[in-house]
Amino acid sequence: MSNIHKDYEGAKLGMWLFLFTEILLFGGMFLLYAIYLAKFPSEFHKGGDELDVVIGGVNTVVLLISSFFVAISITAIRLGNKKACLRYVYITIACSLIFLVNKFFEWKAKFSHGIYPDSEHLKELSQGENIFYGLYFLMTGLHGLHVIIGAVVLGFAVYFIQRDKINKEDFVFLENGGLYWHLVDLIWIFLFPLFYLVL
Amino acid sequence: MDNAVKAQPNFFEEKRGILSWIFTTDHKRIGLMYLYLVLAFFIVGVVLGLLIRMELIAPGETIMKAQSYNAVFTLHGVIMIFIVVIPSIPAAFGNILLPIHIGAEDVAFPRLNLLSWWLYVIGTVFALISLFTGQGPPDTGWTFYVPFSEFTTTNVSVAVFGVFILGFSSILTGLNFITTIHRLRAPGMNWTRIPLFAWSLYATAWIQVLATPILGITVLLVMAERILGVGLFDPAKGGDPILYQHLFWIYSHPAVYIMILPAMGVISEIIPVFARKHIFGYKMIAFSSLAIAFAGSLVWAHHMFTSGMSDTAVLIFSFLTFIVAIPSAIKVFNWTATLYKGSISVRTPLLYALSFIFLFSVGGLAGLLLGSAGTDVHLHDTYFVVSHFHYVIFGGTGFGLFAAMHFWFPKIYGRMYNERIANIAWLILFVGFNVLYFPLYVIGLQGMPRRYYDYLPQYTGGHFISTVGSWIVAVGLLIMFVNIFHGMRKGPKVGRNPWGGATLEWFVPSPPPLLNFEEEPEVTRSPYNYKGVEPDE
Repeated sequence: MSNIHKDYEGAKLGMWLFLFTEILLFGGMFLLYAIYLAKFPSEFHKGGDELDVVIGGVNTVVLLISSFFVAISITAIRLGNKKACLRYVYITIACSLIFLVNKFFEWKAKFSHGIYPDSEHLKELSQGENIFYGLYFLMTGLHGLHVIIGAVVLGFAVYFIQRDKINKEDFVFLENGGLYWHLVDLIWIFLFPLFYLVL
Repeated sequence: MDNAVKAQPNFFEEKRGILSWIFTTDHKRIGLMYLYLVLAFFIVGVVLGLLIRMELIAPGETIMKAQSYNAVFTLHGVIMIFIVVIPSIPAAFGNILLPIHIGAEDVAFPRLNLLSWWLYVIGTVFALISLFTGQGPPDTGWTFYVPFSEFTTTNVSVAVFGVFILGFSSILTGLNFITTIHRLRAPGMNWTRIPLFAWSLYATAWIQVLATPILGITVLLVMAERILGVGLFDPAKGGDPILYQHLFWIYSHPAVYIMILPAMGVISEIIPVFARKHIFGYKMIAFSSLAIAFAGSLVWAHHMFTSGMSDTAVLIFSFLTFIVAIPSAIKVFNWTATLYKGSISVRTPLLYALSFIFLFSVGGLAGLLLGSAGTDVHLHDTYFVVSHFHYVIFGGTGFGLFAAMHFWFPKIYGRMYNERIANIAWLILFVGFNVLYFPLYVIGLQGMPRRYYDYLPQYTGGHFISTVGSWIVAVGLLIMFVNIFHGMRKGPKVGRNPWGGATLEWFVPSPPPLLNFEEEPEVTRSPYNYKGVEPDE
């Protein structure tokens, strides 16, 4: 008798529940965003104008592409094509790095203009702009943290694929990793218009 | 075959040594490790509580300075809420019993279960570190209300990080239980044959999964505010402290149902066994757990009637709060109806269960006064509130935990405690409890504000009686724990089913073997059908 059992449906159910908790975690921030947007509409508009739509747009495209590749990596492993699967996961991780590098330059530019939490420059601006940038740094920062976690999870997936722990029959780890990655992508899809395109 | 099966070692004997415990994936061992830590911290919390009562025995400074008093009641709250009460029944007894109840070998994710326990330990360690590092222990109260928690120089950041980790642990336990109940029920265990304790854990698990992330983001924001100074809750920078209160209570009000629902589940198990009668209204009790979980998630702002909300919001939240009373009352009436014309045997677990019903009702009815906006304005932040939640949380969850400890004791250890002493301990505890908390209702009504270090002389009488009560409670607890501890090691051995219960755990050996069942169970009857079930001593 062994109590190490494999339950594909159970593993998926658990992952979906976990994704709910992630959505709720960000939900708290979205709630704050909604309320402060109602309180400071014109300041949020002004703040949105200051952000670089090009970098944000590029990052959105990068994440969408990465989501595509993580999805086809699962198809590849189901077809038993280990090599292709690995290649697609590598591309996904590369996309996460591109995203983070872009983010780094974007934040760096803001920092060089004296825009960072609790900075002297922000204190001179209006309260609404302070809140806008505060939310911007907290939400994109939290999202960036999730990008890193997702990339680490996919890194583990690479390790398991190489050792055939993830294979044609047992790929639920990769599939759950992929689900997590889609969530990271999905959250960005909401963050992008809220901050960069806000009217 | 039969003999070979009988020779299975129980889960205590399976492996030995401390490492075989702290790296175990066996749900029973993990549950016990939770239980021991919870009880250890319960004792710490009780000692802090006794210190608070000691300080308040007379007006003015008695045994400590005001700053220490603030730290002590904050710690009492943080330890009791986050480290003791929230994990007490779901994480400890839920882990020990849920898989056996539904006929499974273990929970759905045994390793994740171990991770939850480790996170619980790590979170607790962070909470403890906050006491001894930085510039003194947190003095904000367990609610960490802004703006004070943003600007106090005490060690709030570390404490809230500990709370964040504890929340993570709670989420993973809930996620594990939901998956377990959905995927691992034994053949024949359909949804209307699940024991009510498992039903209550199911409802609890949903709250844990859906509410705790909000606490996570809230305490992360407190940390961000303290470290980065963003100003989301700081009016000077455009933020709004009321928003913090909303976010905090969106979790923390449902959290009281994480505390009370499993205790109600325990009571639902105990009452029919000792009335030897099928539980009255099985489906309504199961359904009311889910109804409490659902309605309880919509009432958070009744903590904020006096914080400055629109009258409409106050009205709506007041109304929703009253709705929670309906499923709670359904449970109480069904328990009483189960006892009616039952063949009652008054044993220790039943005494705790009955006192649960009494204390929970007293606390719950007081809750109605706090839930209606008019009376709340008078009673808000007085000792009436302190008394109310101690009746519900200590009298409810605490007595539920003690009931569970006495009820499942013979199953876990295969031995029995001394029932005479257990009954005496119960009596002292029950009397002491009422002496301790009832006077607080009275002085609360008279206007004694909560959290205060000093008070006017007219409240001296109430505080004095209450402090004496706290000593009686301490004596009762001491006798109870000594009796339990003695029973663990030296108590007489008992058979599988000393109470004559009909749920699955009473048909496996005591203590159960590693994988719970000698052969895979097949469920053909209701868990409360006592026909043909005889107690075996």
